[in-house]
Amino acid sequence: MRDVTIGQYYPSNSIVHRADPRFKLVILILYIVTVFFCESFFSFGVMTVFVLVTILLSRVPFLKVLKGLKIIIVIVLITTLLMMIFYSDTSSKPLAEWGIFHIYLNGIYASIKLAWRLLLLVMMPTVLTLTSTPTELCDGLESLLSPLKKIRFPVHELALIMSIALRLIPTLIEETDKIMNAQKARGAAFESRNPFKKIKAMLPVLIPLFVSSFRRADDLADAMDSRCYRGAKGRTRMKKLRCHVGDVLALLFWCAVTVFILFLKYNWLGWGFVTVLGL
Amino acid sequence: MPFLEFSNVDYSYPSGDNDYIQALRAVSLSVERGEFVALVGCNGSGKSTFARLANGLLLPDGGAVTVDGMNTADKSKLYDIRKKIGVVFQNPDNQMVTTIVEDDVAFGPENLGLPPNEIRERVDWALDCVGMREYATSGPFRLSGGQKQRVAIAGVLAIKPELMILDEATGMLDPDGRKEVLNVVKKLNREENMAVVMITHFMEEAAEADRIIILERGAVVANGGKELFQSPEIFTHAGLDLPVYVRVAQKLKAGGIDIGCPLSVDEFVAAAKGALGKKEGGA
Repeated sequence: MRDVTIGQYYPSNSIVHRADPRFKLVILILYIVTVFFCESFFSFGVMTVFVLVTILLSRVPFLKVLKGLKIIIVIVLITTLLMMIFYSDTSSKPLAEWGIFHIYLNGIYASIKLAWRLLLLVMMPTVLTLTSTPTELCDGLESLLSPLKKIRFPVHELALIMSIALRLIPTLIEETDKIMNAQKARGAAFESRNPFKKIKAMLPVLIPLFVSSFRRADDLADAMDSRCYRGAKGRTRMKKLRCHVGDVLALLFWCAVTVFILFLKYNWLGWGFVTVLGL
Repeated sequence: MPFLEFSNVDYSYPSGDNDYIQALRAVSLSVERGEFVALVGCNGSGKSTFARLANGLLLPDGGAVTVDGMNTADKSKLYDIRKKIGVVFQNPDNQMVTTIVEDDVAFGPENLGLPPNEIRERVDWALDCVGMREYATSGPFRLSGGQKQRVAIAGVLAIKPELMILDEATGMLDPDGRKEVLNVVKKLNREENMAVVMITHFMEEAAEADRIIILERGAVVANGGKELFQSPEIFTHAGLDLPVYVRVAQKLKAGGIDIGCPLSVDEFVAAAKGALGKKEGGA
């Protein structure tokens, strides 16, 4: 339960940490779009190298990032397996078959690419949350979305809600542990093998968790009111977001990566070696 | 004119369908600038209701609460009232808005709309005051209870209020944590001349205050200086324990040794020495 990495900041003073959160968010979006355009093993390889370099630059221990991947590893394995056994390819002979399941060489390639894509998709957001505090992310988001204020969209409120949600994740995990222990002490059985019984056993945990969450929310609202909070009105920031040359260069670099990957996919100029790399 | 004034305040909150619990009845009291007041009473005496009425989180059913001449019922004044009165609540985990200590302390001054460099100065100053500067960039979850509550105090301090109310702010802390918080509060009162209302049911803490107000079932039953400890029946009647030194002194008195009414270890030792010396000298 304690391995949920999202919202867990890893303090350091690396260039990735110091980068402007607005640029980090834009680069993340660009990166995600680019990953969806990756088709060949070569392009996946290129992206992986850049992700690894980013992790290296952030000075976050690699194990920390892997821990963040733990929660999706099951999903990755299941989807990969399904992809492999249900892949159908009429142009080639299957390598193996059991009943309705056929395994083709292209199916294996496709499922490896799927798994790779999913892992790439999760890795970068994990790096983002490890290298930026929730406050930075929310300030960045607020600043990026600020044009929406013109159409009366509550940008500040949205950013604050997000930041409080992130801040409460560890608190609620701790609370869940406490309630589970309290219920165990009263004889509740969470270790049952029967999944239905297991779900039923969680009910006496969820209800107190809900009640205490509401109480917490009330307390927090009181504390915020007492500290002169009145929404975005007249509010300033201690840490002003400032972009540096490095941020712009990083963005330009990732734009170049995107163009490169698109080039590999569409091969506008019809170059022969690109066709080979694009396999 | 007193800084904070409750005049004839009634407050009740609903319990069940048609039932009300009277939390405060006809409470009149005042707190002056720079004063250190302890507000004591057992559970359900209306202590916490007092804190919430003082900064307008709750509004009185009858009577009026005024802060520096501003009535809390006047909605347009609430923001100015909260600039002058800071409240620290019981559970430090429920007062943190962000995940980094300095960002959390900055929350108040940010709401005041101060320029960034002034916010930075106030945050550094507030963290220095509570001795938490070295933890400025860490997450609150790595701190002990006493440290978290000191951060919460810094968060209120950064607004630079003229009066700080601590609503059982030491209630969830261990003895070390309580001492940490109490020392910080005493220092602020002495050095920054900030008025403090300490709501507590630890009598050792109350004994540090200049003035003690005792609440019993929503009514003020006593309001005075340290001389209140001379009449222990007021405390026991309100369901409160006396400080341990006072209790020992009482027993000694019953046994024929009068050492007065000491309120701390030092006072107790001095008084005991004096009394023993007199006895030996007399014998």
